Amino acid sequence: MERETGAREGLKGWINPGKIGKFGIERLAWLLMRLTGLGLLAYFIGHIYETSHILDGKAVWDKSLEMTQTTEGHLFLALVIGMCVFHTGNGIRLMIAQMGYGIGKAERPDYPYKPQSINMKGKACIYATLGMAALAMWYGMAVMFA
Amino acid sequence: MATLHPKLSDEHSQTVVSSTKSVKIKIKRSNPNVNSEERFDDFVVPIEKWTTVLDVLLDVKSHLDHSVGVRYSCRQASCGSCGMKINGKPALACFTKISELNSDTVTVEPMDNFPVVRDLAVSFERMINNHKKVMPYVIRDDSEIDPESGMREFLQSPENVDKYIQFSSCIKCGLCNSACPTMAMDKTFVGPQALAQAYRYIADERDKGKNKRLKVIDESHGIWRCHFAGSCSQVCPKGVDPAMGIQLLRGYLLGIRD
Ligand code: HEM
Ligand code: SF4
Ligand code: FES
Repeated sequence: MERETGAREGLKGWINPGKIGKFGIERLAWLLMRLTGLGLLAYFIGHIYETSHILDGKAVWDKSLEMTQTTEGHLFLALVIGMCVFHTGNGIRLMIAQMGYGIGKAERPDYPYKPQSINMKGKACIYATLGMAALAMWYGMAVMFA
Repeated sequence: MATLHPKLSDEHSQTVVSSTKSVKIKIKRSNPNVNSEERFDDFVVPIEKWTTVLDVLLDVKSHLDHSVGVRYSCRQASCGSCGMKINGKPALACFTKISELNSDTVTVEPMDNFPVVRDLAVSFERMINNHKKVMPYVIRDDSEIDPESGMREFLQSPENVDKYIQFSSCIKCGLCNSACPTMAMDKTFVGPQALAQAYRYIADERDKGKNKRLKVIDESHGIWRCHFAGSCSQVCPKGVDPAMGIQLLRGYLLGIRD
């Protein structure tokens, strides 16, 4: 019996940036979806903790608000904005695709087989979502650093 | 002895048969049955415009190192035996020409997400088990053999054939499973190969096994682990587009399709 060597690739199967070059923008969207999902989860937990300071009186509350009133704090919030926009936009694309819409129609395949589910509609959505995330981050920073 | 027509024998092939080009092939070697050592062996092999990665490997085996472990059979992208990672991307060795790789060095490794048997050969046991799990055959209570009239046919329309024919091209090469990022983390995931086949039979009008199959894939390591990264479809050499099959399959479970 063979040993389990290589039975699964593990973490490098998804973090490895070389994969994105080989498997396309859809693979990048997949990785960003996961990273932003986890990032938002971490932010959400931190956010509950931060806002719970309201129970400790005005002084503590004001102090905790000051945490993000720094340059680093602004950049961090801009990142959260970007993560929110990308995760939401890409989430909507995935929900539509995973219901079977916009992924082409099954038919007799012809050489050179082009997978219909990997199409320009999907790619355009991913690029648009990345663009919107960048725009939202830029706007957020313009407001915060004003 | 038959002699060639003089005109014909005068003719010369336009193709230059003697090679002026060569390629360096780096082959990942390992034998997990013996030890955990892994290394790359390099060989330089002459190539022509039409030389495939499998041709190069067989050249190495014939002339340079007989012990290289590689599985192949049909040499024409039909049997699904020769899947491997070629310059980092899963592909069929017999269906990949050296000339299309645009590189003087070609690195071949066993496919990811499969247990290695030796060198480039991996075990398909788990994939075939998952394939069997989705019941890859037409399920019906009645039979094409009719006790009264003899044989009869389960008829289907050409439109119906179009709905699943693409998925029936699967050659079980496993490239999709090795490209899949979910497979990379979860070796119990049923995988794009089997899921595409579940769709192939469910979409077949002759089949009555829909509910049985949906039950098999609607579990914690089943269809819901697919996040539509699409890498399976990027590497499939037969145009199966497993990612499409999986998303269409979800439609049945979500109640969009019946
Ligand atoms: C309107 C807002 C949101 C939408 C539309 C949305 C949509 C989605 C969808 C469709 C998925 C599944 C993607 C897939 O199949 O791979 C997903 C995954 C996920 N989401 Fe969201 N989401 C939203 C907000 C959030 C928030 C606020 C959090 C954190 C608190 C979050 C955390 C996650 C996590 C951790 C995952 C798992 C990622 C993965 O497995 O790759 N999401 N989201
Ligand atoms: S779906 Fe395509 S890549 Fe996957 S096993 Fe079948 S032929 Fe190979
Ligand atoms: S040898 Fe049969 S698919 Fe490559």
